[in-house]
Amino acid sequence: MIDLLNALAVLANFVIMPALAYGSQLALGALGVTLIYGILRFSNFAHGDTMAFGAMATILVTWALQAQGVTLGPLPTALLALPFGIFATCLLLLATDRLVYRFYREQKAAPVILVIVSMGVMFVMNGLVRFIIGVDDQNFADGARFLISAREFRELTGLREGLAIKSTAVITVVVAVLVVAALFWFLNKTRTGKSMRAFSDNEDLALLSGINPERVVAITWIIVAALATTAGVLYGLDKTFKPFTYFQLLLPIFAAAIVGGLGSPIGAIAGGFVIAFSEVTITYAFKRFAGYLLPEAWEPDGLVQLLSTDYKFAVSFAILIIVLLFRPTGLFQGKTA
Amino acid sequence: MKKFLLASAATALCATSAFAGSHAEEIKIGIILGFTGPIESLTPSMGDGAELAITEVSESGLLLGGSKVTAVRGDSTCIDAAAATSVAEQQITADGVKAIMGADCSGVTGAILQNVALANGIVMISPSATSPGLSHNNNEDEGLFFRTAPSDARQGVVMTDVLMDLGINEVAVTYTNNDYGKGLADSFQAAFEAAGGKVTINAAHEDGKADYSAEIGALAAAGGERLVVAGYVDQGGSGIVRAALDTGAFDTFHFPDGMISSALTENFGAEIDGSSGQHPAPSDELAANFAALVDGAFDASSPFTPESYDAAALIMLAMQAAGSSESADFKGKVMDVANAPGEPIQAGELAKALQILADGGEIDYVGATGVELVGPGEAAGTYREVKFEGGEELTAGRR
Repeated sequence: MIDLLNALAVLANFVIMPALAYGSQLALGALGVTLIYGILRFSNFAHGDTMAFGAMATILVTWALQAQGVTLGPLPTALLALPFGIFATCLLLLATDRLVYRFYREQKAAPVILVIVSMGVMFVMNGLVRFIIGVDDQNFADGARFLISAREFRELTGLREGLAIKSTAVITVVVAVLVVAALFWFLNKTRTGKSMRAFSDNEDLALLSGINPERVVAITWIIVAALATTAGVLYGLDKTFKPFTYFQLLLPIFAAAIVGGLGSPIGAIAGGFVIAFSEVTITYAFKRFAGYLLPEAWEPDGLVQLLSTDYKFAVSFAILIIVLLFRPTGLFQGKTA
Repeated sequence: MKKFLLASAATALCATSAFAGSHAEEIKIGIILGFTGPIESLTPSMGDGAELAITEVSESGLLLGGSKVTAVRGDSTCIDAAAATSVAEQQITADGVKAIMGADCSGVTGAILQNVALANGIVMISPSATSPGLSHNNNEDEGLFFRTAPSDARQGVVMTDVLMDLGINEVAVTYTNNDYGKGLADSFQAAFEAAGGKVTINAAHEDGKADYSAEIGALAAAGGERLVVAGYVDQGGSGIVRAALDTGAFDTFHFPDGMISSALTENFGAEIDGSSGQHPAPSDELAANFAALVDGAFDASSPFTPESYDAAALIMLAMQAAGSSESADFKGKVMDVANAPGEPIQAGELAKALQILADGGEIDYVGATGVELVGPGEAAGTYREVKFEGGEELTAGRR
């Protein structure tokens, strides 16, 4: 019995907890990508750097708050600064839309042109973030780091294996659930949300029924700003803020959105968790886990690892290819992929 | 016609320079470092270090009957082998450099050596390439390549000694997935296992990635008393340490040179107490001596800056010893001037060294880092052993 609990603790500590947090961050990012794809009809390559910008704005406000002596006790101050970060990102995205994307929308440019345009926007935002805050690691997490640390868990339960529960991981999951619930309520229950879905399903029909396209676009950008900033800040709190890693985050986010089905919000969430769990479980070495469950004589000498961790990115892309081969519209029937 | 004109002009130029060779000449030395790219924060003071030695020699007026030496800077980019090769090609064919102080990163250094230096018979002395792959034990480099930084094979042995002395026999290893990380991790594993230790896992991590929980999961499953992080502190190395601490997978670590930096204690403070590490660093007296010579003109304690001074100095001292600025003539003299027997030469005493060599004497160049070339022409190196206590990095000894 004790062995079973130990085995579960190992699995929870090294697989379930990290993958849950990472999956939530990917899901929030993928939701933003999928909304833009559904309503504005292009893949927004600038999304990773939008997250970086939002996180940066939040960090600057966090520092200002910390300097004033304002804190949230055990919770990170960044949560208090988050609305300011979202506001700054809204302004940035609306300005970008006004200056760049609107021109191409009026031209009725092909989606592939918009993709390239978004790449240009990506480089500009990339430079903007580096210009303002620099390329280095920035640490802005405060408050309690752990709900329960590995050592405390061991002492508390008497088990040999520790289970660390990071407060940032819990905050990430809780915030992600709240944000997703709010988004679904908005899309399904409010008039504006319904008009956005109508616009996404059939643009011409929506225009005929009197929906104002510019308003739908503006609201989309505002929601995307909120999602991207939240994802960026949660990611920065849980790991660390460094502009370059946000750029790298773009790949798993797109993989998550495509696996789930581009344009489908539920798909984006499912995709985020599929990518996160597959990256961690397939490359996890089950030696210790198996050691607790199997009789002593069967205890493995090797690491019991399916694939070396070098290949964890190959795992997400293998899943991507399999999904595209057998279900080209993604797990949840997105638009196209 | 145009080509013919160009060719004759070039011939005339060569002829005059050959003619001038018998007397005082103007000697050009290429300084090829990654002025842009991943180590762009280190290279400015490395370049300044090399140029300090060049100015010192030029001003003495003692090299080869009063020859002047000028530096030609080139950008190796640290990562782009094609760009580095074309810069070296241009320096040798167009600028006519006699030797190259460089390159910096192991990958581009190997590329320049194979593609340009060997073909043209030009001596290269690198101040910072540490990959064991560049140790040419069978004379593949035709005696043209030297380095004033120790090979990571040596660091693997030193690291083994440090850990063994701490009574640690079982470690997990993770390395940054490039020439440096892989070379260091493999040489460490070989040395550690030869000394009777056990490496439970030797796994790579990619720099700049979003999430390291998969890597930590595998490392923790393999287990070990300590985690060796052969990575970069401002890249994935810190991400690995963060994830290991958060999950409670490892409490103490061992850090090789890429991780030793003030950023490490800034990031983790007292969380890494009890950890150990080492990095190549000259003794305090040599460092103080070099700092006095530099006198605040640039950051004398920046990594590989004293090594750059030494690399440039060795090139010019070897030229003096051979009585010629041609690589083919002086390549055999580099080891002679660097090692005993002879009069010990400190940094800042290059004029004295040139005089001794001109008079037919022998020198043992000590320089800014205590240069001692071993094996196929690479520095033996002194390592500073560090320990972490109370959130601070302390010197535990030298090896």
